Amino acid sequence: MKKYLIKRLLQSIPILIGITIMTFAIMQLSPGNPMQTMIDPKISSEEMQRAQENLGLNDPLPVQYFTWIKEVFTGNLGYTVKTGQPVGQLILERLPATLLLTGTAFVMAFVVGIPLGVYSATNRFKAPDYVLTVLSFIGISIPSFFFGLGMIFIFALKLGWMPTSGMVTIGADLTGFAKFMDYVKHVTMPSIVLALPTIAVVMRFTRSSMLEVLNQDFIRTADSKGLSKLKVNLKHALRNALIPVITIFGLSIPFLFGGAYITEHIFNWPGMGSLGIQSIVAREYPVIMALNLFTSILVMTGNLLADVMYAWADPRIRY
Amino acid sequence: MENLLEVNNLKTYFYNDGAETAAVDGVSFELKKGETLGLVGESGSGKSVTSLSILQLIQKPHGKIIDGEVIFKGKDLVKMGEKEIRRVRGNDISMIFQEPMTSLNPVFTVGNQIMEVLTQHQGLSKKEARVRAIEMLKVVGIPSAEQRVDQYPHQLSGGMRQRVMIAMALACNPDLLIADEPTTALDVTTQAQILELMNELKEKLETAILLITHDLGVVAETADKVAVMYLGRIVEYSDVETFFEEPKHPYSQGLIKSVPSIDNRVDRLNPIIGQVPHPSEVKSGCRFASRCERVQPICLQDEPNLIDLQGHKVRCWMYSDNWIEKGVETNAGEVTSSRGA
Repeated sequence: MKKYLIKRLLQSIPILIGITIMTFAIMQLSPGNPMQTMIDPKISSEEMQRAQENLGLNDPLPVQYFTWIKEVFTGNLGYTVKTGQPVGQLILERLPATLLLTGTAFVMAFVVGIPLGVYSATNRFKAPDYVLTVLSFIGISIPSFFFGLGMIFIFALKLGWMPTSGMVTIGADLTGFAKFMDYVKHVTMPSIVLALPTIAVVMRFTRSSMLEVLNQDFIRTADSKGLSKLKVNLKHALRNALIPVITIFGLSIPFLFGGAYITEHIFNWPGMGSLGIQSIVAREYPVIMALNLFTSILVMTGNLLADVMYAWADPRIRY
Repeated sequence: MENLLEVNNLKTYFYNDGAETAAVDGVSFELKKGETLGLVGESGSGKSVTSLSILQLIQKPHGKIIDGEVIFKGKDLVKMGEKEIRRVRGNDISMIFQEPMTSLNPVFTVGNQIMEVLTQHQGLSKKEARVRAIEMLKVVGIPSAEQRVDQYPHQLSGGMRQRVMIAMALACNPDLLIADEPTTALDVTTQAQILELMNELKEKLETAILLITHDLGVVAETADKVAVMYLGRIVEYSDVETFFEEPKHPYSQGLIKSVPSIDNRVDRLNPIIGQVPHPSEVKSGCRFASRCERVQPICLQDEPNLIDLQGHKVRCWMYSDNWIEKGVETNAGEVTSSRGA
């Protein structure tokens, strides 16, 4: 296991290098450059040329790449074009908010999705199964911007139960439990919106996986041993059924971080997602590059985590 | 001696897309303490369904026991509630299955799976159950049981896994063991070992065994009584000696004849012609009529009852008083036995 982990970590190095090249290349290929948003329109083209030269924007691409990568490895992700803030600091400021949102959504997806899937499978061809199947298709198909705005309209504007946006009540100086509840109130709607498609996917996956397992011979053996239906379903069946669900577990991490772009934007959530959208609109290349890099590392970690969990869940897999 | 198990007129039907299939149609037999009954038949004869019906393990809503009773130690298992029957399963009656490869849960250690029945039924603590599990693994002849107990099924061979299944089934000292083709999936040498083990344990623990098989050799080696099933019905029922010496039903005769003998080298095997029809295809008359060599008009009209010939029961018109056979000049007992084939 330890050997496998080291091997996987070493394997991720070339992938990481590939990611940096891709990130760099995509940014180079996209139209416009930061100079165009920065400069005073009255500036002469000669001066502009000189400025570009000084900033190294006229250097050959490989040189530019290595300049960038060297700085990245020393922890310098660059400075924003407009305000000159260090990008690393900017992202770190936004990270906790995003982690709170995606973390809540992640837990919600599995804590809600798995039991619903089990329930659906054990009640196959009965009313609850049909209802859940329809709901899951709605959950998968409904776009998050629509669902999010709908939620805001109903629960925030019409009923007034929930705040419309943000992470904390502005101006309220809360402490202790009241502060915690304030967070809970704010995070509920965006995390439901973010988690919904994943809940639906986890549920469908758990359901089909459970149905497959429930037909296996060893379930008949467990029944013949006189175990209760609950124990057969939750111990013998679910433990086997969860193995394929781990795949979703790994895949959902990047999916949730990606989904956070839109969800954060709708709910004005002060996280990395809204930062990303702002940066794309403002052509803040250093920020976009840093966010890309960050997300790629997350995807890799998610996959690695899933592989490790496979080995933990299925004794037949040994690395 | 009193009967341990009495199956009376058991009928288990399956329903698929509105069609009704009589998988087990009025089966009766009994089993005494320490006795072994071999339930023989081709695939689709209803022998596995019979065994699952005893423990009420028929998958609802597709399958249903529509009639009959299964009296075990004076109580009808069919009428039992879910909770009550669970106390019987794995404790008083346990089962082993055909496929040792897939009958054990791949994600739990074999020890865990044996311990489970002990903690469930005998109220043992985990520690006590583990000791007993190791003990059981030794009883079924698994070497270095202390290590094996913590292994997963995939780390064991097929024969070893079937031994684990037997250990699990016998852990609570059941009165009855239902063995559904326990050796079919194993190779011949392993098969012999498992049969020997079962015989040995039967004598030691005085467990009655309901042995379901299509292998007459296995029956000859282990059973005291034989019931031959065809399309959901018992067609012949007798003790094992009489059965092999004098099989009465044309189907049983055919089964015995189809086993190649090592003493008589023949160029051709003697199969029973045709295939087992689907139960829904048989409308009236004897269910075996479509494949019987000695079929007569009466066979196609009415189904014979189980005729009792001094304890040897057979469901065939040949043994009724009004049997008139045209054209064939043989008598029923002529077919030579091949006991122990």
